[in-house]
Amino acid sequence: MASVQMEVEPIVDRTKALDWLRQMMLIRRFEERAEMLYQKGNKIGGFFHQYSGQEPVAVGSIGVLRENDWVVTAYRDHGHALIMGMPARVGMAELLGKATGCSKGKGGSMHFFDVKRGMLGGHAIVGSHIPLAAGFAFAAKYRGEDRVTLCYLGDGAINQGGVHEALNMAALWKLPVVYIIENNLYAMGTQLVRSSAVEDLTVRCAVPYGIPGHQVNGNDVEAMAKTTLEAVEHARAGEGPSVIEAGTYRYKGHSISDPATYRSRGELDEHMKKDPIIQYENVLRDRGWLDDDAIEAMLDEVKAEIEDAIEFAEDSEQPSLESLYEDVTAAPFIPQE
Amino acid sequence: MAVLSFREALNQAMTEEMERDDRVFLMGEEVAEYDGAYKVSQGMLKRFGPRRVVDTPISEEGFAGIGIGAAMVGLRPIVEFMTFSFSLVAFDQIVNNSANMRYMSGGQFDMPIVFRGSSGMAGQLGATHSHRPEAWYAQVPGLTVLTAATPADAKGLLKSAIRSDDPVVFLEHEVLYPQKGEVPDGEHLVPIGKADVKRPGEDVTLITYSRPLKETLAAAEELAAQGIDAEVIDLRSIRPLDMETLTRSVVKTHRAVIVEENWPYCGLGAGVADRIYRAVFDELDAPILRVASSDAPIPYNKRMESSMLPSVPRILAAVDQVTYR
Repeated sequence: MASVQMEVEPIVDRTKALDWLRQMMLIRRFEERAEMLYQKGNKIGGFFHQYSGQEPVAVGSIGVLRENDWVVTAYRDHGHALIMGMPARVGMAELLGKATGCSKGKGGSMHFFDVKRGMLGGHAIVGSHIPLAAGFAFAAKYRGEDRVTLCYLGDGAINQGGVHEALNMAALWKLPVVYIIENNLYAMGTQLVRSSAVEDLTVRCAVPYGIPGHQVNGNDVEAMAKTTLEAVEHARAGEGPSVIEAGTYRYKGHSISDPATYRSRGELDEHMKKDPIIQYENVLRDRGWLDDDAIEAMLDEVKAEIEDAIEFAEDSEQPSLESLYEDVTAAPFIPQE
Repeated sequence: MAVLSFREALNQAMTEEMERDDRVFLMGEEVAEYDGAYKVSQGMLKRFGPRRVVDTPISEEGFAGIGIGAAMVGLRPIVEFMTFSFSLVAFDQIVNNSANMRYMSGGQFDMPIVFRGSSGMAGQLGATHSHRPEAWYAQVPGLTVLTAATPADAKGLLKSAIRSDDPVVFLEHEVLYPQKGEVPDGEHLVPIGKADVKRPGEDVTLITYSRPLKETLAAAEELAAQGIDAEVIDLRSIRPLDMETLTRSVVKTHRAVIVEENWPYCGLGAGVADRIYRAVFDELDAPILRVASSDAPIPYNKRMESSMLPSVPRILAAVDQVTYR
């Protein structure tokens, strides 16, 4: 991966930059505390995919969206949901399976939804949400709206057939969608070089469909924002989809049960030395936009927000067993028992 | 009442609903320029234009997913599968996305989408192109599964399907497309979840759906000549099942035969029989029998394929058994 290179000329004002830093901290804290609840408290079950290390990808790209744009992602979805404005309380409650969770305790870690805020999931079958994203964009175009869809996928997902069906149709019909491949180098435990015949993922996903393909350092939040803005403006202008390959790295295993023995401690350490949050703190410090005290204050604030979320989640009620049959259908549901 | 073919009735249903609601559109392979692989969408491109009648590449998984995405944000797509045998490629989209989305989001989405197209053993199409997928889809909570055996029901049910806020799997039968029947004039809606007694009777209940309705009604006429008064029920709604109509009939006749093109093991009739047994076991004077297809892939050879279909003699033999004749 290329070394982190922050933009010389900032593309954001101070307020926004501090907000982005805070958002990255919020995701990191949310993930770390949730993992503790999973490991030590046995309060969270099922599959749980941590986003730590990849925060700038979501924060920088979502940071350039308009209010009514849409976001959809795969199962590593907590970060995207938080940045779309889902309250940490509601996300944490979902992880604990509570009725107050974003999906009323029926979705879990992999199915975070907040439709009112434009967060359209949280999808757990690898690659299956790529056509959905094209569908959102299809609807926007059909209705003559200028809203754009950002769709995140992993480097593993690009090997699913449906992904390429959707890319083809999105390009064919010039749909306003931007596909962001979060290339963290591993599809679960399979290294990119062992799963993809070509390592440049824009060659796999953009070139064949005649659409723009961008490669960007996904650990640089401002570079991420700049590249995404270009692709979003392209889409909004009716020019169709783009693909962004964002180079990034996940600190944890694929999911909570994965000790990630397929990579060396040294490799992980190398990446952690270039931690994107610390890097961005340094950049903002250099610009004179914040000092150590401000960083401390921000961290304290984020910690308090997450502790409040945990308290809320723990105090929340379990869904009733009767709710098992709720929200199956829009029409009154008749169980076929 | 106008006399329409099955395909004309379906065309009318889509056309009327698209005129009524701009959110409704049709997408699929060959639906537009080609006028439909089975001519169900004939003339619709000319009427509505390419914005609303959309030809797709051969990408069932992809365009099923695009339809689902469009439905998630408020459009009302009709997705045509050239045949439902090809829906197997889109099974993940239909099951994991269309059926689950409302539930796993805690009720944040409606899913007003219709998947429709031909199905069934249509004549020497072989194992890959002759699927009857009703039982596969009927098992999934969240889906509505409908099938029509007459042009009138085809029109009325499809209109109800398009107006539904839930995902509907609407199974047509290729052999039925040219068949004609009377269709009520004006606004004609058939409610979801209601079976139809196509022939009232007192002695035995014959339960069927889709193409075998014809053979079942013919068998009922033969039985009448033999002094047996058969009641013929067309399920129409596979999921939800109209248990009220089924149990009312079985309580009256005390005998039931299920006639279906589905495979015998875990086929649709197995599920229907299970529910009748558990609801009104004490009313039955004989085990429920099923006239299903043979437990083999569908062969190309015409005579072999025909041997698998529910036929009048096979239905009569089953009725003889449940009436102990």
